[in-house]
Amino acid sequence: MNEKPWMMSAPALTLFGVLLLVPLCMTFFLSFNSFGFYTGIENTVSMENYVEVVSDSYFWEIFGRTFAIALATTFFCALLGVPQAYILYRLSPAWRSIVVLIVIGPLLISVVVRTLGWAILLGNNGVINSALQNWGLIERPIKMMYTSGGIVLALTHVFLPFMVLAVWAALQRKDPAVEAAAESLGARPFTIFRRIVLPQVIPGILSGSLIVFSMAASSFATPAILGGRRVKVVATTVYDEFLNTLNWPLGAAIAMLLLASVMVIMLAWNRLVERRYGEALE
Amino acid sequence: MNQNGRFSQVFNILFCAFMLAPIVVVMGVSLTPEGFLEFPPSGISLRWYQAILDNSDFIEAAWISLKLGIVAATVASVLAVPAALAIGQGKFKGREALQALFLSPLMVPTVVLGIAFLRFLSLFGLNGTFTGLVLCHAIIITPFILRLVLAAVVGLDRTVDRAAESLGASNWTIFRRITLPSILPGVIGGWVLAFITSFDELTVTVFIVNPATTTLPVRMFSHITQTTDPLVASVSALTVIFTIILMVAVDRMYGLDRLLIGEGKK
Repeated sequence: MNEKPWMMSAPALTLFGVLLLVPLCMTFFLSFNSFGFYTGIENTVSMENYVEVVSDSYFWEIFGRTFAIALATTFFCALLGVPQAYILYRLSPAWRSIVVLIVIGPLLISVVVRTLGWAILLGNNGVINSALQNWGLIERPIKMMYTSGGIVLALTHVFLPFMVLAVWAALQRKDPAVEAAAESLGARPFTIFRRIVLPQVIPGILSGSLIVFSMAASSFATPAILGGRRVKVVATTVYDEFLNTLNWPLGAAIAMLLLASVMVIMLAWNRLVERRYGEALE
Repeated sequence: MNQNGRFSQVFNILFCAFMLAPIVVVMGVSLTPEGFLEFPPSGISLRWYQAILDNSDFIEAAWISLKLGIVAATVASVLAVPAALAIGQGKFKGREALQALFLSPLMVPTVVLGIAFLRFLSLFGLNGTFTGLVLCHAIIITPFILRLVLAAVVGLDRTVDRAAESLGASNWTIFRRITLPSILPGVIGGWVLAFITSFDELTVTVFIVNPATTTLPVRMFSHITQTTDPLVASVSALTVIFTIILMVAVDRMYGLDRLLIGEGKK
């Protein structure tokens, strides 16, 4: 038994054990406790919080909306991110480093700042609506703030860099000779993209989709700012239960359901990807 | 050589415009002389930058975020570098489980991490303390450092270690004189990425701060949800400028794409 690696990992392992695994377990147990308006958290064990969530159409609506938003965000990220990654891959090195900075750089800028930008763009008196009104294209402002559509638009912007990165990484692993062969045989650029490039980067698209979906399903800042109290998602609901209603056990149950559903989707997705593209990922 | 056709070039320009739009809008709004969010601004004024100086809340929050980012990134580096060396160089039972554990904060929804930390810290009276924030942030940012250091460790030439060992160098000397210098770009890249992640973190932090330890993103978030004035735009613009400076520095030193993909040099 080799002890050295464990000794080297011991400090990090201690921190993760005490401050990650223990709190997660405690939250799991918390979700079975009950809550009284006057008594606070009571140390009982029951499924009542889960029953309350599952039997209330209000929570079904929130979970449904959250996953619909995450799915739509993933779709648009793939739709826009895949071609952009291919364009990036084919740019000259000088241009590429500039475009990389523009496309991937926003990842490092706070989500709060980026969402604030979208709030200014999407408002009823916002940039988009006033421009459209000035050009006489619309008479009344289109409602985009406090809608799921607005949230999807902003989340697509927030998570697009992840999709571009994942697809770009897959592009660097593919064989450029096949593309050259297709070109010499007279294939049009779009045909090459569709028939040669796309099949080779599907593993990249799938892993990018997984990242985008799981992050979008648990995103907080963007739906909180653009959706407010009117368009609630799971993360903002948990926030309200913990910091406004103070019903921690119910909030913990909602969070555990989010964790479980995201995990199940991720595992199923991973299994699907590995079974179909296991070799391509090597 | 640019191999893209005309359609691709138009797509590329529109895509870049989409990515920049919200950031440009925030920067533009911050220059307005008016008292409301207006774009394009009707004039250019530094009124809302002046307003930051009169608003000690934001300045205090910025200091806390800066200190928190530096301390948390350093703590996480000190913990993650030896762990990455162990995982990257050793073949031992439980190696993959260890790696999965250290990367797991990326998998768990951040809101779940937030409430778990809140529950734990409040039981021990650490909620809202700077120490609590540092430890929680260290956990969230460890995966970023681990990935970059792992990528650097995998490419290491172990024969140099053995040569040094056979010449009588101690483990510590080998680490300090041979291993560390060769993984240093990965460690620095990881530290910067960890710092930026901590500096921008909202979803976990919003659960575990109190009014005395409010970080900049939390301060900005609560400002946005309560009022709309250009003050938060000027604060945002300053953080964007700060991030761009860091980003360009990292890009020169390490390569932004390599930093974010988390792969070693090929």
